[in-house]
Amino acid sequence: MSAIERYEVPRDVETAAEILRGGAVTILAGGTDLMPQSKAGRVSFGKVLMNIRRIPELMGVAEADGMIRIGALTSIADLLELDTVGRRLPVLWQAADQFASGQIRNMGTIGGNICNASPAGDTLVPLLVLNAEVELASKAGGRLVTRRVPLRDFLLGPGRTARRPEELLTAVAVPVPPDGFRARFAKLGTRPALDISTVSVAVGAVVRGGAAEDVRVAFGAVAPRPIRGPRTEATLDGRPLAKAVIDAAAEVAHDEVTPIDDVRATAWYRRQMIHNLTKEVLSHVAAA
Amino acid sequence: MSLLREIRFTLNGVARQVSVPVTMTALAMLRDVLHLTGTKYGCGEGECGACTILVDGRSVNSCVMFAVDCDGRQVTTIEGIAADAQWQPLRESLVEHGGVQCGFCTPGMVVQASHVLSRDPHADRQAIKRGLEGNLCRCTGYKKIVDAVVAVADAGGKVAP
Repeated sequence: MSAIERYEVPRDVETAAEILRGGAVTILAGGTDLMPQSKAGRVSFGKVLMNIRRIPELMGVAEADGMIRIGALTSIADLLELDTVGRRLPVLWQAADQFASGQIRNMGTIGGNICNASPAGDTLVPLLVLNAEVELASKAGGRLVTRRVPLRDFLLGPGRTARRPEELLTAVAVPVPPDGFRARFAKLGTRPALDISTVSVAVGAVVRGGAAEDVRVAFGAVAPRPIRGPRTEATLDGRPLAKAVIDAAAEVAHDEVTPIDDVRATAWYRRQMIHNLTKEVLSHVAAA
Repeated sequence: MSLLREIRFTLNGVARQVSVPVTMTALAMLRDVLHLTGTKYGCGEGECGACTILVDGRSVNSCVMFAVDCDGRQVTTIEGIAADAQWQPLRESLVEHGGVQCGFCTPGMVVQASHVLSRDPHADRQAIKRGLEGNLCRCTGYKKIVDAVVAVADAGGKVAP
């Protein structure tokens, strides 16, 4: 464990990016992952501990140019209270509603949930279905530059992302869902609260004239990172969400995922549950 | 030697200034530095709720909060709730319903219940159960605790004069 030499509390993104450019920075937001992970020795602190919670630019939700931009510091509890999320992104609202406990929802941030990159990260599965992009800011040539990376490319593996050490995740942006888009989420654990998902599923589709289009399926806790299920999506695309189609898609989902045995469940059980949850979520989408 | 940082915040309505190691938890600061031992250390990883406090009016697990992040904020612990007449009915209800056995979860349970009731004084049983889902109790089986909080909510979260 390296010793922390400086504690920084920047008030704006530019200053934060400048600090990050200096290297060896550990970023603190809600702390709900950083504190237990550092105490358990799974994460060691860099020379600088940077608390980003006093940066107003990282707060709030705004809609512009067909994108809904959610600031990185938006807490999971905030997601539940934001009208935009409840009305326009119900799939994300559902995941926030089933997230940990009241206390953790009050502390944990959406930016932190993304950067923690857990294979079971609850907000990541709906965000994949919403085609979310993350916004990353850094200082280059004396200027603040930002880039956007699709979430599916950003998540690399357990705890690993495409964020460069000098970058700050400032927001997650979601394209405004197309007309008629419906998406739902479900997760499975041994109890509703505070359990890390054994598996989770989100499905979204535009349902027009009975047929599903623009179908998006995502799975959690069945691979080193939350994933989209292109084969399951192909089974559904252009077809009505009728019982036979849903059953066939659930079979494909069962075969498409590659879970492992671990302390929470066996791979066999996870596949069965992906089958069942896919069916359940699809019928919710069909009935939405 | 751990890096220290001086912070100022309001603790149970009183301005405090304290120097803490930057990796210290808010819980350790409360118990070991400020000697407010009402807030309990249960699991140390945000799973049990025994360490629940309010920060800027929102309940949090103080065991996963960095003490330095209390800087500039309003912190309320069980000692603050205990001194607040508004929560007298909640305390009495817990006693009346037998909602306290070993008592270890009680401070966190009371802080979280106060948070649930201040956000929704008429919360129904389901909302109260959900509100308390982050607080573990190994004695009561929860029923008596939930009954106690429901009774207060049924009375409209009645505020003592």
